Amino acid sequence: MNSFKVQYKVDGEDFSAAGDASRKLKKVLQNLGISPQIIRKATVAMYEGEINMVIHADGGVIDAEITPDKIHIFLRDKGPGIPDIALAMTEGYSTASNNVRELGFGAGMGLPNMEKYTDYMNITTQIGVGTTIEMIVNIV
Amino acid sequence: MENIIHSVTLDKEKCKGCTNCIKTCPTQAIRVRNQKAKIIKDLCIDCGECIRVCPYHAKKAITDSFDILNNYKYKIALPAPAFYGQFEKATSINSILNGLIKSGFDDVFEVAYAAQLVTKKTKELIASGKLSVPIINSACPAVVKLITTKYPSLIDNIIPLISPMNLAARLARMIAEEKTPYKGDEIGIFFITPCAAKATCTKTPHGLKKSCIDGVFSFKDMYLKVIAHLKDSGDELSRSGFKGVCWANSGGEVASLDIENYIAVDGIHNVMHVFDEIENDKLADVDYIEALACVGGCVGGPLTVENNFVAQTRVKRISKTAADRPIANLPEVDIMWEVPVATRKQRTLDDDMFVAMQKLSKLEEIYETLPKLDCGSCGAPSCRALAEDIVRGYSKESDCIFVFKERIAQMANEMLEVQSEDV
Repeated sequence: MNSFKVQYKVDGEDFSAAGDASRKLKKVLQNLGISPQIIRKATVAMYEGEINMVIHADGGVIDAEITPDKIHIFLRDKGPGIPDIALAMTEGYSTASNNVRELGFGAGMGLPNMEKYTDYMNITTQIGVGTTIEMIVNIV
Repeated sequence: MENIIHSVTLDKEKCKGCTNCIKTCPTQAIRVRNQKAKIIKDLCIDCGECIRVCPYHAKKAITDSFDILNNYKYKIALPAPAFYGQFEKATSINSILNGLIKSGFDDVFEVAYAAQLVTKKTKELIASGKLSVPIINSACPAVVKLITTKYPSLIDNIIPLISPMNLAARLARMIAEEKTPYKGDEIGIFFITPCAAKATCTKTPHGLKKSCIDGVFSFKDMYLKVIAHLKDSGDELSRSGFKGVCWANSGGEVASLDIENYIAVDGIHNVMHVFDEIENDKLADVDYIEALACVGGCVGGPLTVENNFVAQTRVKRISKTAADRPIANLPEVDIMWEVPVATRKQRTLDDDMFVAMQKLSKLEEIYETLPKLDCGSCGAPSCRALAEDIVRGYSKESDCIFVFKERIAQMANEMLEVQSEDV
């Protein structure tokens, strides 16, 4: 077997469940013997993605594939789309509602952090249709 | 090297094979097999949650017998500050310290005193700006082991200082060698412990090449001996100040650090929630984390006598009697770790990643067939843990009572069908 694939569904509007998927991925990566530093990079990036899905897109689906050399993650949602990716990538920029901010989220660090912790990130987005974020964390 | 010495053990006679301990263990280190609990040594962090929760008192902490005192000519007791909160009738720290002397020791050295020295060094290290933030305290050995077991990516955040207990042991020995005719093996250093984690730490301390402590007695064992002498008068022995004594309670260590941006978290499950947050990069704006495995801090240790909430108040009250008499000409001792703390061997499914992937697929497959009730009846703490045990070859699917019932029903149906065919 050359890869391990796993899929997680993320519920929208449920902050208490946000983080479940990245927690499960962490367990999977530990089972596979991936080093703690790599696990941390992948799970932080995925956690941020998960939170984004909950805040902005009413949930979505995460597909992760682990091969001996990389962790490949796709975050797919059917949310509003990102009008200006460059602006969204700016640290501190956020479109989160006040409600969300009061919960301690929406600091505008989600996408920048995802990029910081991954070795490759690509955003495809269409207004009114949804967003797909592809991320790769190299294992070696 | 992997440390497999543990203080938490099982009294097989008393164990009924219930599910209380497996459900509460923070590292899922316990399984029930053949109606008896079994501790997985690679995962146990000696936090003592199982000791606390066991209704049959089958979980125990190994401490020493008082007989070992006979092996030494000069015996020094090191009481943890939380010991001061155990006595309803004690009016001063001095009365408790004298109680210890009357119980068979020649001298005492307060761990609270050493705690103040650790605070001083901690402040220096924080000011140096060289530590990874958030800095995590190193005084609670169960927390340190939790990190090396479950949160290895946070190892660099642990402040590399030896614990007040070990510092107290070093200083006590140096002072004794100076002021008494006794040397080396003639001097015995004994820690009075509130918990199993520190008991283990007296045998295999983190950050040190070897232990400086010769024996360990629990609060429970020491309590009755000391209580008999509380009213006796005695020498002025109290030396620690108020701040050192306050280390007994949660928040006591950080209170002395003169910083505001800290978290004081107690209770091992609460500590894990905070560590999850750090791993998710959510606490980058916090400078210091005082994490203690027991609720209320060391006063909540599993080997204490008094209720932790009562003890917290008593510590606060009795801390006012702390003499705060600095020891003159205190020897210089290095407080930094001698050796780094290492990650414990991670429990991968297989050293070969391809095989691990196969096993993981099988694990997920098995997990899907389980009821996901996490009832613990199989002896594993959760359905996923059972699936993992099956893949590792330690359990079988029919250990799940629901899977078992289904199979029996299926067999019964098949038999009925066979019977009806016969007719």
